[in-house]
Amino acid sequence: MNAHAVGGMPEITYNFAYLDEQTKRMIRRAILKAIAVPGYQVPFAAREMPMPYGWGTGGVQVTAAVLGPKDVLKVIDQGADDTTNAVAIRGFFEKTARVATTTSAVEATVIQTRHRIPETPLAEHQILVYQVPIPEPLRFLEPRETETRQLHALAEYGLMHVKLYEDIARHGHIATTYAYPVEVAGRYVMDPSPIPKFDNPKLDDCPALQLFGAGREKRIYAIPPYTKVRSLDFEDHPFKVQRFAKPCALCAATGVYLDEVILDDKGGRMFVCSDTDYCNGRQEAGHRGEMSGASPSPQPSPPRGEGADGALNLSPPGRGRPEGPGEGTSGVPTTPSSAGDPGSAGAAPSGMTGQGSHQP
Amino acid sequence: MTEQPLLIAEGLSKNYGTRLGCRDVSLEVYPGEVLAVVGESGSGKSTLLGLLSTELEPSAGRVSYRLRDGRVADLASLGAAEKRLLMRTDWGFVRQNPADGLRMAVSAGGNVGERLMAVGWRHYGNIRGEALDWLAKVEIAGDRIDDDPRAFSGGMRQRLQIARNLVTRPRLVFMDEPTGGLDVSVQARLLDLIRGLVAELGLAVIIVTHDLAVARLLSHRMVVMRHGRVIETGITDQVLDDPREPYTQLLVSSVLAA
Repeated sequence: MNAHAVGGMPEITYNFAYLDEQTKRMIRRAILKAIAVPGYQVPFAAREMPMPYGWGTGGVQVTAAVLGPKDVLKVIDQGADDTTNAVAIRGFFEKTARVATTTSAVEATVIQTRHRIPETPLAEHQILVYQVPIPEPLRFLEPRETETRQLHALAEYGLMHVKLYEDIARHGHIATTYAYPVEVAGRYVMDPSPIPKFDNPKLDDCPALQLFGAGREKRIYAIPPYTKVRSLDFEDHPFKVQRFAKPCALCAATGVYLDEVILDDKGGRMFVCSDTDYCNGRQEAGHRGEMSGASPSPQPSPPRGEGADGALNLSPPGRGRPEGPGEGTSGVPTTPSSAGDPGSAGAAPSGMTGQGSHQP
Repeated sequence: MTEQPLLIAEGLSKNYGTRLGCRDVSLEVYPGEVLAVVGESGSGKSTLLGLLSTELEPSAGRVSYRLRDGRVADLASLGAAEKRLLMRTDWGFVRQNPADGLRMAVSAGGNVGERLMAVGWRHYGNIRGEALDWLAKVEIAGDRIDDDPRAFSGGMRQRLQIARNLVTRPRLVFMDEPTGGLDVSVQARLLDLIRGLVAELGLAVIIVTHDLAVARLLSHRMVVMRHGRVIETGITDQVLDDPREPYTQLLVSSVLAA
């Protein structure tokens, strides 16, 4: 990984986007099949990637397979462009594919995402790649994979409703708030990855191609553009998305998904857009929330806003870096030095390097 | 009686390698009839039940079933989807161990409602109403509807399993030692319940048991098995009161009088 190591080590060169061409062909075949059968989980021979399972190995492989030299890549993690996972994967493709990266949902042609769909509506030329931990929606109801495959094949989805029934019986309403099961193109029931159910309506009739990659489980599935996606529900308990009482504290946006940020130990909290790019765009356009201050600066600092500062491209020393064990071992604070990194366009410095040395 | 049989088995055999599961079994079950299969352990009762319910594939012979539309179909010729639909609508299977027939992590209401949801019910209120109705029929208090079967006693679990199977109003129910492992008073209540439901719903039942008292109470006809073969069949009272085969005589005389 440390391709540009300091002490006179030979420089490692990667094939475009890290994976070899045969592997990318294999993944593309799986993707084509997934597009042909919307919502069906296509097995593929997932490779070992230079990151742990659970960090987006499936999404990274799908991205590597669809990425071209002219693509512009955006990576988001829980809606944010500047959290560890997003910075790391963006740095990975800057280094191995030398593609341009962006934080703008409009400029990007390929968006790899963990847990969110951007608030900005997507367009036909875009591909949204989801990182999927558990592709099987029936997993926790029917542990046998042989049986769940039968159930999918025969479209026996009564079991999925048993889960929703249990929710209502226990909580009085459907309490599943993320990874909310959907029916794709009137046939397969699919787990949309752990996006909040708030984002489920965006899956429906989306102009962009949506690809889902699960690395550990070795499955790829897809929603082709303009496909009917229906969230499962009961006639007397229809599907509903979360609502928020207040607008975003920084950009005053309503009808968007908000993150709760704890400000102190006295109950102070704020609700801000989970989509940092969207929030920044609105602030640049002059929208002000109740806690954004009066400063016209495009990157306002909220009061004690740890984790809520909208500063996008200044990420490396900022949040997401655990100040935990491992930091002090070398005696020197490890700041990823990427000033001389030839591949990076000056945006996010080599995230992978930083991540590698910081994970406890 | 001019009625046609519901299920016909012809020359059923099953080998497990060189060992014999059951050999050349032919029988018929009519609508509304309770057929008991009795015999000692290892006599091939459970194998026979597995063959009849298509859970096992026969080495020879075939099983035909009269579908709701009146068509008589060879079960081996049905597709997987058709067979599964049949199993979750027109059939029921009550297992000896309720944990095998129930979803232990799902509430009682969910267990009963599962088949309804599987056949397309999508109205929570109706599913719950039907579940409550069935819990009452099997004498489980309505306020236990949201409890897991794990919190139920053995007898309650067995009754819940029966409700879960009968909710789609099947025409044929397979029962494998439904009273096994229950104490005598609970057994008696359960048998009483099963007898009531069978009469009320006009169910056909194939019940496997080693307990002749269960067979006597529930069944109209019985089949005695030994070493994988059927050695005697007939009206239950006739077989039990006047057994013809020496083995049946032995079985009947082995019952302890209370």
